Amino acid sequence: MSKLEPGTYFMQGDEASVEGAIHAGCKFFAGYPITPATEIAERMARRLRQAGGVFLQLEDEITAIAAIIGASWTGTKAMTATSGPGFSLMQENLGYACMTETPIVIVDVQRSGPSTGQPTRAAQGDVMQARWGSHGDYEVIALAPNSVQEMFDLTITAFNLSERYRVPAIVLSDADIGHMRGTFVIPEKVEIVDRKYHTKPVSYNAFAYDENLVPNFPKFGQGHRVHITGLTHDISGYPKTTDAKVHEALVTRLVNKIRLHREDICRAEVINPHADSLVVAYGSPSNSVYEVVNERADVGLFRPITLWPFPEEQLRECAAHARRILVLEMNMGQIYWEVERIARKSPCEKIELLTRLGGDVHTPEEILEKLA
Amino acid sequence: MNFFDFYRQDRWPHMFCPGCGIGTVMNAFFHAFVESGLDQNKTVFVAGIGCSGRIPGYIRADSLHTTHGRPIAFAGGIKVADPDLKVVVFSGDGDLGAIGGNHFINACRRNVELTVICINNYIYGMTGGQASTTTPRDFFSSTTPYGNREYPFDLSEVAVAAGANYVARWTTFHVKQMKKAMQKALLKDGFSFVEIASQCPAQFGRYNQMNSARQVFEWLKASAVPRSKASKLSADHLDLNLMGKITVGEFVERNRESYMKALGVLQ
Repeated sequence: MSKLEPGTYFMQGDEASVEGAIHAGCKFFAGYPITPATEIAERMARRLRQAGGVFLQLEDEITAIAAIIGASWTGTKAMTATSGPGFSLMQENLGYACMTETPIVIVDVQRSGPSTGQPTRAAQGDVMQARWGSHGDYEVIALAPNSVQEMFDLTITAFNLSERYRVPAIVLSDADIGHMRGTFVIPEKVEIVDRKYHTKPVSYNAFAYDENLVPNFPKFGQGHRVHITGLTHDISGYPKTTDAKVHEALVTRLVNKIRLHREDICRAEVINPHADSLVVAYGSPSNSVYEVVNERADVGLFRPITLWPFPEEQLRECAAHARRILVLEMNMGQIYWEVERIARKSPCEKIELLTRLGGDVHTPEEILEKLA
Repeated sequence: MNFFDFYRQDRWPHMFCPGCGIGTVMNAFFHAFVESGLDQNKTVFVAGIGCSGRIPGYIRADSLHTTHGRPIAFAGGIKVADPDLKVVVFSGDGDLGAIGGNHFINACRRNVELTVICINNYIYGMTGGQASTTTPRDFFSSTTPYGNREYPFDLSEVAVAAGANYVARWTTFHVKQMKKAMQKALLKDGFSFVEIASQCPAQFGRYNQMNSARQVFEWLKASAVPRSKASKLSADHLDLNLMGKITVGEFVERNRESYMKALGVLQ
């Protein structure tokens, strides 16, 4: 049984993510056990072999991300899954994947930090780390599921975007969504994107690009004889370590290839877009907002599904109508600052943050009270 | 095949210092590779950071210049994802003995189908001569101005203990033996490791009163003791460099089941 047949299934969010990966064509998983993402590795160990892929349990998370980058260079769709401590260890090689434009998918099932924190408790503390965790300038893609269905859907989306833009894509889940059990539907038709490959040998222009800014991919073993390095390189792939212009051109393109395609990448769920009070929430806390907006037509929900790049234009539109904005986060304020930056030029009177730490999720009552 | 069918002439002149041992290693490797009959288009060269890390950039083949200490971690992913590829790692004592030690040990243990060539120059050459995990005791470097008080790693003995299928160590003086060991390593199933004790006149020599490449080279030559003889010396002499001796020869050749066969990826 390679991928599951279309239909309705009941399982954990972490497990649904595995099925999404297999649907997307993932053939390689490397990981290291960590709560609350271990179920992904465990199901991968069983399912990837059935799907004609390989599962590796390695000595640490640094090895895991290195191995999936290596696998990706053979043209294999590859993924790893982890939580905060492991995600921290992966940061250097995440930057390497950005610099070498290697498609990979990382599922980060967030838990309370800093440090070992509370391993089984949900949190949203890795949001800024996903954006800025590695050194230097770069852009990645991060998606925040809020249901078992989205653990399936957004894992596929992460693979598709990663392949299309040759960039790491991160599924920023949390312990509640990862461990939540529920039903999800596998539709008849699922869109799958594969990276564009170089078909003719490209030894001397491996990183040549067009107005799309995404070079075709020269996979290993095809006679391309390409050199891939984390050092600054020109379109030949060769290191250029002291030329300011080459560095500026490369980093600008790495950033712009994502910024240019924001419209394709950015997803958001909006309910009551013209509401007086707008609640901005993603992941676990957003589930409490559904109840609130059902009761109160004057309250709206803006749920960024894509966290990075942030769906700026969509939020700006909603913010233009709101008298006040309330941001819910399971951290001390990370996306809040993004919202504040985007909404402060709107006529909005108040932009507030309601935080919950230690795994407790905001209740609908608390949200209503805050909005009273 | 001539030298520049294998190495990228368009990247010449290379960035290695005058007198560096890497040239000898590259020359020996070229001959070993040609005689091994491996396909250049189906071989991937992987490296970490440091002087040795720059070697794959000069080879006309697919190559991945990775992060510091991690080449084995990347290489394992390449090999398992596409078993048709031969994967060769060039690395140094910084990558393998320090920052990437855990990858090295575990890859030996798993017996991953990789060939790892280590250029051990006993120092961090590229960053200006800091002590490494293989710097001999009492030797000098920019970070051991009073002499190195730590005991060094014996990378080859570590590889044997951890489970590699083939392990050999030679110095840049032993060109023929080095080439033969590389050839054996390239054709060996499972994890194969060839360590080359190499001269770094620019840093290691400068800090240790060896003022020319020749003097470091002479030191390597004089320090080399065949493994057959070393085993008869006292225990201290067996540990690499504790007494300034370098044991050379084949350390192990065995046929433990390799990683992908054990995993069922390969029959």
